[in-house]
Amino acid sequence: MSASHEKPVFKNGMVRWVDDRLPVVTVMYNAIGPGHPTPKNLSYWWNFGSLAGLMLGLQIITGIVLAMHYNPSAAEAFNSVEHIMRDVNFGWFLRYAHANGASMFFIVVYIHIFRGLYYGSYKSPRELLWMLGVVILLCMMATAFMGYVLPWGQMSFWGAKVITGLFGAIPLVGEPLQIWLLGGFAPDNASLNRFFSLHFLLPFVIAAVIILHIWALHIPGSSNPTGVEVKSESDTVPFHPYYTAKDGFGLGVFLILYCLMLFFLPNALGHPDNYIPANPMSTPAHIVPEWYFWPFYAILRAFTADFFFIPAKLMGVLAMFSAILVWFFLPWLDNSPVRSGNYRPLFRKFFWFGLLPCVLVLGYCGGAPAEEPFVMISQIATAYYFLHFLVILPIVSSVEKPEPLPYSITESVLGSDDKATLASGN
Amino acid sequence: MAIQTMKTALLAFGLTVGLASGVGLASGPALAAGEEVDLINEHFHHEGPFGAFDKAAVQRGYQVFTTVCASCHGAKYLAFRNLGEIGYTEDQIKAMASQYTVTDGPNDDGEMFDRPAIASDYFPSPYPNEKAARAANGGAYPPDLSLITKAREHGTDYVYSLMVGYEEAPADVTIGEGMYYNAYFAGHQIGMPQPLYGDDVTYQDGSSSDIHQEAHDVVSFLHWLAEPKLEERKRTGIKAMIFLVIFSGIFYAYKRRVWADLH
Ligand code: HEC
Repeated sequence: MSASHEKPVFKNGMVRWVDDRLPVVTVMYNAIGPGHPTPKNLSYWWNFGSLAGLMLGLQIITGIVLAMHYNPSAAEAFNSVEHIMRDVNFGWFLRYAHANGASMFFIVVYIHIFRGLYYGSYKSPRELLWMLGVVILLCMMATAFMGYVLPWGQMSFWGAKVITGLFGAIPLVGEPLQIWLLGGFAPDNASLNRFFSLHFLLPFVIAAVIILHIWALHIPGSSNPTGVEVKSESDTVPFHPYYTAKDGFGLGVFLILYCLMLFFLPNALGHPDNYIPANPMSTPAHIVPEWYFWPFYAILRAFTADFFFIPAKLMGVLAMFSAILVWFFLPWLDNSPVRSGNYRPLFRKFFWFGLLPCVLVLGYCGGAPAEEPFVMISQIATAYYFLHFLVILPIVSSVEKPEPLPYSITESVLGSDDKATLASGN
Repeated sequence: MAIQTMKTALLAFGLTVGLASGVGLASGPALAAGEEVDLINEHFHHEGPFGAFDKAAVQRGYQVFTTVCASCHGAKYLAFRNLGEIGYTEDQIKAMASQYTVTDGPNDDGEMFDRPAIASDYFPSPYPNEKAARAANGGAYPPDLSLITKAREHGTDYVYSLMVGYEEAPADVTIGEGMYYNAYFAGHQIGMPQPLYGDDVTYQDGSSSDIHQEAHDVVSFLHWLAEPKLEERKRTGIKAMIFLVIFSGIFYAYKRRVWADLH
């Protein structure tokens, strides 16, 4: 039942022949097969890593086929998307799968991150694993932003204009930098072409970082809901078939949700303005990014007044990027020796009643028009967001008295562990 | 236990906020110059997970579109051959296309020339460019209608409301030169004169042609034009759902069996 670390012996002669020369089969066996010992108490919150990997794969496949029919020129981009929707066999499927796939990818990754935040997955010895995850998120955001520009609708154009305009806020080099990024004074053919090129490239960069992410994961192995590290073989089960089965079930449920969006509400998460061709002469009433950027957009817009010589826009930009960059320092901001929020009464309260509602409120404000009361609410929530990571978390982790931890995963599952009794000397 | 309840409550809260902001924003009333106007909630045959187009209504809508709207609005993604999807025969399509003239060329002498449209041609737009369209419409631009029901919040209800929403302007509102009062247009002043009054067309199938029927039909047509693969999409979706429910069920049973010896 428990996984062993010995080199597997394959029955099939052909497989053995290949594996002796290039041990790809052994690598797979040890990565996601019976050779990967996994804590036996992982909950469904641990399903989202494999789902994220799957979504990247689906996005790459649908994306590559879409790219065969898409035309990245300012004059023809919008038409070529309609050509895909109307004339390409199952083109509507590819495009809706890709557009909604981006949303599903972000849902999955955000849940994956919140799982990590709650269960302290960023703590030693998994700091690099966590930081690589943050790098993946940043790459995903860049990819999604450029992807949204490609249909060259009104929101594509104006979103590109607003976001590249942020670089203009950087002192001295800002304006030349913005022109260099766009290849002109405003988004146009040159911008569209380079965004297409980078949108095609970045997913493969993400795939490479994911390999490092999984590599780093396999050094200590998965954390688990107790946060207590694996102590003996009885704490683990082989990844296959236990977690392949559990992930398979999770996959089915997830695909049901995804397909509900794709087939029955394909435009619910998009903005109607993006069905209007880009028009540099007419500004939409409200320029809003896709929903997955809303919390960060709210932080950006929360800065409305200049501070001495620092313009509001620059502070907004810095705050927006810091909102994610602060996660790089999380392993050192949270000093508690206890990993899992399940055994941290104070941390838990601030997590469920502080951070989570704060992010949801920011998300709501980011999608709302930039008027009162949303601006003020965003300002309060932004302040709280940084307060949580920079002040509350360090204080909580030093004053909190954690609840008693189980001796081992086995004890937490079965209520007792023979080795625990031995260790305590009875 | 208390924590469990808290988590559930928060999750429910989160989902509500999430849905309210994601889908809910889209279902809010249309914004007209800061004030909110509730659209008329018209029922269309294509709505719901099993909804398909009412082909007779879409055909009647095509008649309204060509008779009334097409003098000002284009539908550039509509090829005559597409009309086969709403039930017209090849001969009917050829006959309908040949009533329109398109510019082709250049011929061997290097000249552009006009010829009757054929099934593979696209529906000709009334104006050569935006400037010409504005010049002919008092500065207002009649947009191409190919995607209009997807390019507005609650597009089908919105266009329907717009069609029947022309009213006498309230006494305290002054209407600009060449503008008309419409209850549902943002700011209430629209550059489009009331297009439908009722009895603008004579339906061959004997349906009543009051303004509500005409508006309903033209919106049915416009939504088919914006989302022509709607039926194929929903049909595929139903099949995918059935497959995935079975897939999940099998994996659930498998997972239970694999884990049984551990619990
Ligand atoms: C006499 C020319 C004319 C005719 C006929 C006409 N329209 Fe329009 N339409 C316009 C103009 C001009 C505008 C732009 C109005 C503005 O922006 O103020 C417009 C705008 C619209 C809009 C967009 C409103 C918005 O939210 O921006 C829709 C939808 C529309 N027309 C539908 C129709 C339909 C359906 C018909 C046929 C039943 C029709 N029109 C017939 C001239 C016309």
